[in-house]
Amino acid sequence: MANIMIRKSAAGGLVFYLPKRDIEDAISSIEFDTPEKWGGELKLANGGTYYIDPIPEPARLPISLRAKRVDGVE
Amino acid sequence: MSAISREETQELIQEVLEVYPEKAKKDRAKHLMINDKTLESSKKCITSNRKSLPGVMTMRGCAYAGSKGVVWGPIKDIISISHGPIGCGQYARGGRRNYFAGTSGVDAFCELNITSDFQEKDIVFGGDKKLAKLIDEIEMLFPLNKGISIQSECPVGLIGDDIEAVAKKKAADIGKPVIPVRCEGFRGVSQSLGHHIANDSVRDWVINNRAGQEFESTPYDVAILGDYNIGGDAWASRILLEEMGLRVVAQWSGDGTLAEMENTPNVKLNLLHCYRSMNYISRYMEEKFGIPWMEYNFFGPTKIKESLREIASHFDDKIKEGAERVIAKYTPAMEEIIAKYKPRLQGKKVMLYVGGLRPRHVVGAYEDLGMEVVGTGYEFAHNDDYDRTIKEMGDATLIYDDATGHELEDFVNKLKPDLIGSGIKEKYVFHKMGYPFRQLHSWDYSGPYHGYDGFAIFAKDMDLTVNNPVWQMMKAPWLKDAA
Repeated sequence: MANIMIRKSAAGGLVFYLPKRDIEDAISSIEFDTPEKWGGELKLANGGTYYIDPIPEPARLPISLRAKRVDGVE
Repeated sequence: MSAISREETQELIQEVLEVYPEKAKKDRAKHLMINDKTLESSKKCITSNRKSLPGVMTMRGCAYAGSKGVVWGPIKDIISISHGPIGCGQYARGGRRNYFAGTSGVDAFCELNITSDFQEKDIVFGGDKKLAKLIDEIEMLFPLNKGISIQSECPVGLIGDDIEAVAKKKAADIGKPVIPVRCEGFRGVSQSLGHHIANDSVRDWVINNRAGQEFESTPYDVAILGDYNIGGDAWASRILLEEMGLRVVAQWSGDGTLAEMENTPNVKLNLLHCYRSMNYISRYMEEKFGIPWMEYNFFGPTKIKESLREIASHFDDKIKEGAERVIAKYTPAMEEIIAKYKPRLQGKKVMLYVGGLRPRHVVGAYEDLGMEVVGTGYEFAHNDDYDRTIKEMGDATLIYDDATGHELEDFVNKLKPDLIGSGIKEKYVFHKMGYPFRQLHSWDYSGPYHGYDGFAIFAKDMDLTVNNPVWQMMKAPWLKDAA
């Protein structure tokens, strides 16, 4: 488990940031993206996959969360 | 266009690595790369923020240096105690020339070395009592201080002193913020962790101090983050922002005050110059207070122009017009400077090895003068810094992370740059080798280099260094005369 931060990029997409590993990359897909259920598996542009417990869609980004590494870089 | 090809650069790296033992060679190879602009991420080509190899000469500092020397030290109206033996404080006292407006020892304290001067008995019996006494003495001697930060040195962490408890008790006694910073030098691999720890202590002990208090804000409030006012840099940046109509609420932390930092949550935009040392607090403020942040670059007219426009794009038309007005006002003066110095500097090659933001930020300023940066590297950068550097540097240029003394000397001997920009530890080696050299940590006691005013000084300094005839007369003392 690692502390991560998800923020909106200037272009409007989601950006994943893992401070401990200096990983900052665009999120290419998010498993659940509805107002009630948001999160699940995050696929990153660099090929990595992380998992966050689904939560109701946050009212404001950025948000700090705990994430599990599923696959890929570090 | 690069001076040497990819293959040649690769050969050069191999040659330099040759002297290392097998294991060290394998490790160091990961820290050297040849730039390829098409790369999106540096991760695959360069490893950074790793422990330095035992036995090589590294130029890195420690966590205490990152916290006291860089982030906390320049805040002028608080007193940073160097808690521990006396040496650390002495060498971290105003050495970076963080200028401030104020009277030293009365209402500004950057230049003082205030330390608990640990002795054997403090190691044996603990230093907490001494620290409490020290804070009382500070209050008596310097009543105009606005707060106190306790910067721990290595022994404090080793003996397990509870500086947080002392800080809480004393803060209640004196009625001012007392901030414990756990920046013992042994933490982390370089000063970079010290920046992070300092940012975290600001987050925990400073930023929410004025929550709920009234603040007269305007729509044009910004804060300058990560500008340490070296030689007056932050002032040269600030006037440009003010001229375009923005109100600079806070300077972090060169010539900054505690009140400015406490007021920062009210700004509309955080302007981040040194990404490495202050991105942590910017990200925190974005999440907590919804303040967007952006990186900018005030080295050289091309980058200033881009940055001013980008800053203005966060505001309304009034500021956008202001930015254009500022650009138009300074452009003729900048053209004059370039016309004067470019012919003298055109085509000269530069090698950089600095820290923080300069290995990528000053590239634009050199290019404005017609110079070419053939190699660059950081002492303590992380991967995200290299991601940004790849885009700034030319193809097939050399990039080195945590370069050792041997590597740097060999690279210089092979690439034969016309100018080297690095720090005091490298300066005299390269002087003796007969290379023009500028310190890019402290601007070689010149400056400011930020902003339009700074560029005029930058161009002049580079010309004075590169075209100084003394360098042709130099011969390294270890090279015997042929005669």
